[in-house]
Amino acid sequence: MSTLTISPSPHVHSGDSVKKNMYGVILALIPALIISVYNFGLGAIVVTATAVVSCMLFEHLIQKFLLKQETTIWDGSAMITGLLLAFNIPSNLPIFIIIIGALISIGVGKMSFGGLGNNPFNPALVGRVFLLISYPVQMTSWPIAKALPFSYTDVTTGATPLSVMKEALANGELPTNVLHEIPSYRDLFLGLQGGSAGEMAGIAILLGLGFMLFRKIITWHIPTAVIGSVFIFTGLLHWINPLMYAPPMFHVLSGGLFLGAVFMATDYSSSPMSKKGGLIFGIGIGVLTVAIRVFGAYPEGISFAILIMNAFVPLIDKYIKPKRFGEKPAVAK
Amino acid sequence: MLKTFSLGGIHPPENKFSAGKKIEALPVPSQVAIPVSQHIGAPAKPIVKKGDAVKVGTLIAESAGFVSANIHSPVSGTVFKVDDIVDASGYRKPAIIINVDGDEWEENIDRSTELKKDITATPEEIVKAVANAGIVGLGGATFPSHVKLSVPPGKTCEVLILNAVECEPYLTADHQLMMEKGEEIMVGTQIIMKALKVDKAVIGIENNKPDAIKHMESLASSYPEITIEPLKVQYPQGGEKQLIDACIKRQIPSGKLPIEVGAVVQNVGTTLAVYEAVQKNKPLFERVVTITGKSVSKPSNFLTRIGTPLNNLIDAAGGLPEDTGKVIGGGPMMGKALVSTDIPITKGSSGVLIMPNEEAKRKPMQNCIKCSKCITVCPMGLEPYLLMTVSDKQVWDRAEEENIMDCIECGSCSYTCPSSRPLLDYIRLGKGKVGQIMRSRTK
Ligand code: SF4
Ligand code: SF4
Repeated sequence: MSTLTISPSPHVHSGDSVKKNMYGVILALIPALIISVYNFGLGAIVVTATAVVSCMLFEHLIQKFLLKQETTIWDGSAMITGLLLAFNIPSNLPIFIIIIGALISIGVGKMSFGGLGNNPFNPALVGRVFLLISYPVQMTSWPIAKALPFSYTDVTTGATPLSVMKEALANGELPTNVLHEIPSYRDLFLGLQGGSAGEMAGIAILLGLGFMLFRKIITWHIPTAVIGSVFIFTGLLHWINPLMYAPPMFHVLSGGLFLGAVFMATDYSSSPMSKKGGLIFGIGIGVLTVAIRVFGAYPEGISFAILIMNAFVPLIDKYIKPKRFGEKPAVAK
Repeated sequence: MLKTFSLGGIHPPENKFSAGKKIEALPVPSQVAIPVSQHIGAPAKPIVKKGDAVKVGTLIAESAGFVSANIHSPVSGTVFKVDDIVDASGYRKPAIIINVDGDEWEENIDRSTELKKDITATPEEIVKAVANAGIVGLGGATFPSHVKLSVPPGKTCEVLILNAVECEPYLTADHQLMMEKGEEIMVGTQIIMKALKVDKAVIGIENNKPDAIKHMESLASSYPEITIEPLKVQYPQGGEKQLIDACIKRQIPSGKLPIEVGAVVQNVGTTLAVYEAVQKNKPLFERVVTITGKSVSKPSNFLTRIGTPLNNLIDAAGGLPEDTGKVIGGGPMMGKALVSTDIPITKGSSGVLIMPNEEAKRKPMQNCIKCSKCITVCPMGLEPYLLMTVSDKQVWDRAEEENIMDCIECGSCSYTCPSSRPLLDYIRLGKGKVGQIMRSRTK
């Protein structure tokens, strides 16, 4: 007999690992990727491949030459950042811009804070917002979705349903009239709308959500709070004045709300730790998204909303504690 | 829907290999070593010396205070010496070593197997008999049982809860006891109820023991004040706080004892020992020990005299497997890794788990990815990742504020963490330190 191992309890482990969770998220993103390739064809493939490869490469280079660490690019997290970045940008974005986005996402958004688990903001969103500010024209010309186009930058572009709505409302049109000019709810849900490469198809993202819930990668709290609060807030506005505000279903189904609520807001390290904190965080995102979409300068607000709420996470974590055992006073019979 | 506790919990693989294995009496060894500290509280004081003749059941070490326990000889023979031995923790502790000669029992012990249902002892006599018999919590906590049976003044006990959960993977001693000694456990329950002056008892059994639930339910039909509560399988349901929450939906406030919510919890094995002490005058000198493991050729439940060398059990279970990497006293979640197999079985030995090499080592730890899974599983509603950080940084006041002392050391957090972070190791350290600080404050 060799010598006995002595270590404190517990002596067994669930077998869960960082990789299992990260690759689980990647699997959950695949339906959205498929829809994105179907809608934007070659463009989606080029953008996604560029973003993923450059995110991994930058992480590797930074770890190797700047931080002198073991590389962690195979843990799946850099791939997720790459995928999410790709899903948040137009599918005809020039390659060099994508590479800059990846550098900002990984270099500034993730590694400068100490890598996986330490980033206060969602890295992909850091990259995306940087690009939006630096390349506003390229970042807001959206290719029109059509079945499997075999082209990349040479595509027809058009407005997203959200921007159509915003502009029309600003010109005093009635929301009900605008709804006829944009895809139906069913089409929106199936992803037949203009927009970023991977954000459109609610159904694909819900599939991914189901998978992540089943695998216990995330809990329902944040996505539900985000989508629910957008629905309630826009519903309230629409109920108060249907002539000025678009109906809630339109807001829920268009733009990047589903992608943001399910994949971006749930990023482990930039979201609160407790369930209660997650609900507050999600409601904050929902309310801010609507505020930006309806009252702000941009047609879409989910990215900013998430980044703003990311900044509140340390505060939420400090004051919102999980329900402790025994807090509930004992019921005396 | 089956009941369970409200917060957190995990479901590790059960691996109950020794389930359904009849309890076998392990042959009496040729020498036993009886540590004088086998319980929580003051070590017992030896009252025998080298050369003294003892019988099975002779008092050999006396309780040294209210929170302490008597120790009786599990064998007949001659005291060889009173000396230090290496115990389960690897430290040298005093013990009484007895050379065995025959198997002669004290005359006043009733050795018949006949069920004695009538309870003639008064509550005071019951508590006294339990104290005299040296009974301690046999689930592994080893808290002297007579202390738990003495309800403090000003408090009332409303319900007795019997812990038959055996939520630790691998262990099966309590399960098998219910199958073989169910009647005795029922009477034992009534005895404890009488001592506590309560008219209600609940036996909590997890749903992975359907045969035990059925058997106990059929027995309980003739004891209207005892109900069987089948519980959803969920670790750590055997924790006192979790079990009370599961059975009667009351949560003990932080830092308080079960009696605060009107409950007293006893383990089924302990209940059997109470029956034997009160009805048969038999002190606690033997117990059922599960010996098991993936590579163990004969996983078993052995009725073992206290002081029997662990090696005897291992031999009886088919010998130590080639690939042994770790030997654990208790279950895989809360048990202690043993330094060697050359130690005696004590009152708290609920089981011995032999783990193969490839499972013995932990995976290297990675960054905390803030997945919050440790929070999700914590049955006490704590934030293990944070407790580990503050313990590591030695911010003790923050640790106290974050309720570190509420941690029941169930290990669910470390079990779950995808980054294999040794959360509980750090939390234990923090608890030790914060406990020290709190004690120095009240002084
Ligand atoms: S060991 Fe402590 S902190 Fe970890 S899950 Fe159990 S009670 Fe919670
Ligand atoms: S389970 Fe591990 S990785 Fe996840 S939050 Fe807790 S400590 Fe961090």
